[in-house]
Amino acid sequence: MTATQKTIPGEAAKAPVWRTVANQFLSRPLIVIFVLSIVVASLISPAFLSTRNVFNLLQQSSIIGIISIGMTFVILAAGIDLSVGSVAALGGMIVAILCQDQWPVALAIVAALAAGALLGLAMGSIVALTSVPSFVITLGGLVAIRGLTLLLTDGRPVFGVPEELKFLGAGFIGPVPVVGIIFILVTIAAAVFLRLTRAGRYLYAVGGNADAARLSGVPVMAVVAMTFVVCSTLAAFGGVLLTAWLEVGQPTASAGAELTAIAAVVLGGTSLFGGKGGVFGTFVAVILLSILSNILNLAGVSPYFQQITTGLVLVGTVLLNWFIARRAAPMA
Amino acid sequence: MTIEMQVPALAPTPAGPPLAELRNIYVAFGGVHAVEDVTVDLHAGEVVGLVGGNGAGKSTLIRVLSGAHTADSGEVLINGQRVEIRNPRDAKALGIETIYQTLALADNIDAAGNVFLGRELQSRLGSLDDAAMESATRNVMGRLNPRFRNFKTPVKSLSGGQRQSVAIARAVHFNAKILIMDEPTAALGPAETAQVRELVMQLKAEGIGIFLISHDIHDVYDLSDRISVMLQGKLVGTVRKERVTKDEVLAMIIMGKQPGDVTQSDLEELHG
Repeated sequence: MTATQKTIPGEAAKAPVWRTVANQFLSRPLIVIFVLSIVVASLISPAFLSTRNVFNLLQQSSIIGIISIGMTFVILAAGIDLSVGSVAALGGMIVAILCQDQWPVALAIVAALAAGALLGLAMGSIVALTSVPSFVITLGGLVAIRGLTLLLTDGRPVFGVPEELKFLGAGFIGPVPVVGIIFILVTIAAAVFLRLTRAGRYLYAVGGNADAARLSGVPVMAVVAMTFVVCSTLAAFGGVLLTAWLEVGQPTASAGAELTAIAAVVLGGTSLFGGKGGVFGTFVAVILLSILSNILNLAGVSPYFQQITTGLVLVGTVLLNWFIARRAAPMA
Repeated sequence: MTIEMQVPALAPTPAGPPLAELRNIYVAFGGVHAVEDVTVDLHAGEVVGLVGGNGAGKSTLIRVLSGAHTADSGEVLINGQRVEIRNPRDAKALGIETIYQTLALADNIDAAGNVFLGRELQSRLGSLDDAAMESATRNVMGRLNPRFRNFKTPVKSLSGGQRQSVAIARAVHFNAKILIMDEPTAALGPAETAQVRELVMQLKAEGIGIFLISHDIHDVYDLSDRISVMLQGKLVGTVRKERVTKDEVLAMIIMGKQPGDVTQSDLEELHG
């Protein structure tokens, strides 16, 4: 807003600046909205930009962020994974139960991740081998895996978490939350994988045109199955970190996480039709969603109103992306 | 089982085993025979036109050689050796490259990414070597379409001719021995069509065997050494081009008539 006010006087001379700003806005609405929300938040409360609050935001974003990075893989290949909330809860319960049984923490984490990977492989293989939409297969996963998670302890939470695990979820290195570091590392690793490896290239090819990818010799089924393995493994990891943070394994945890993750991926500019987007967009979008709720908290807005705002921002940004794509299409 | 029709105009088989042979191929979709007991072959440095109307089964037949479909029965022989082609990867490993009618390009990826899709160049660390792929693509494109400039944009934004160039570059860059072109000029203007024809002659001179598939005899007549005609999933026959007229081939395509059997009234009907 401040930028436009500055450029209005002396229209002729300042026209290019105004146009640059407009073009920037039109090509990357997410970044602009992100910056605007930071400006607005720091105007509402000077505390917003304090180190403590920034790292607080990062901590709040990290677990859903890690799950959303996995979701990005599936959506880039033109799939969807509705089971991530349930898989996260299962991962969190497995780690809690095994730690209670005196397993070494590292082994308990590996077991939780392996369970996630296995479920991802099962769902991904079914999706790859049949033409049944992933929506349906993972909807089955959402319900069945939640049931399995509740069955583990008859629906009871598991209390008590060893110190090493607590450190992962709630610990700090200096002022930086450990989960935040993990989130950043996962994002960078995912970006490197997508950008620089053959498998990453295949993922985009499959999302762009699965038939063309197959005719080019890309192992399409393996690529599709791989996206679900990555997604479920990261979801289980998110669940492990949640257990570590809250110091309790909660079988009902992360219900609805799939919707938040999908919202973050779409808000981050990844196309639900596949083949377009990336994990940095998802990273920014996850943080943006946290900032929005942070702003509304600072402004003392009711949580119900916060939900409305989040929904509107999501739809608004996606509409803006749609508008830009439509505007760009005739030139292509 | 083989249909050997001893009609004078039928091609005598050149010496040595063919580069590629599809023998007694059957393909059925849900009980409907799309290809029924078809045998065709191709020699090095030869262009074989595979023609027939829409739904004649020519694309389905050739997709068996590309690895896009598997045959329900029949054999594929390369240099006289029976081979198993289960997927496009197998076909490419045997030196069989295909330019599909749909071009089969990943629209969201740039030209170099498409040329090397499935066969990416990697650096020693195992990461994609985009610079090497782009430079190789520039080289091959310099030969095919020197005016091609858009190496960095997703191929979605390219023109029909440019997209065709990318598909052709992908097929010729990997030293194909057998090239399959499915309706290669269907979407092209006259200048681009001439370019493709020139390329076919050049590749033929290099000893590559080429299957040219078209629903229109005029597209392939000049370029072909032999012409195989399909009708309703079956092979009508294979003829040497110099021994038949276009009209005779047209009668094969439309009426399933052998070249010797074409009557004056058939010709009148064809041109009616």
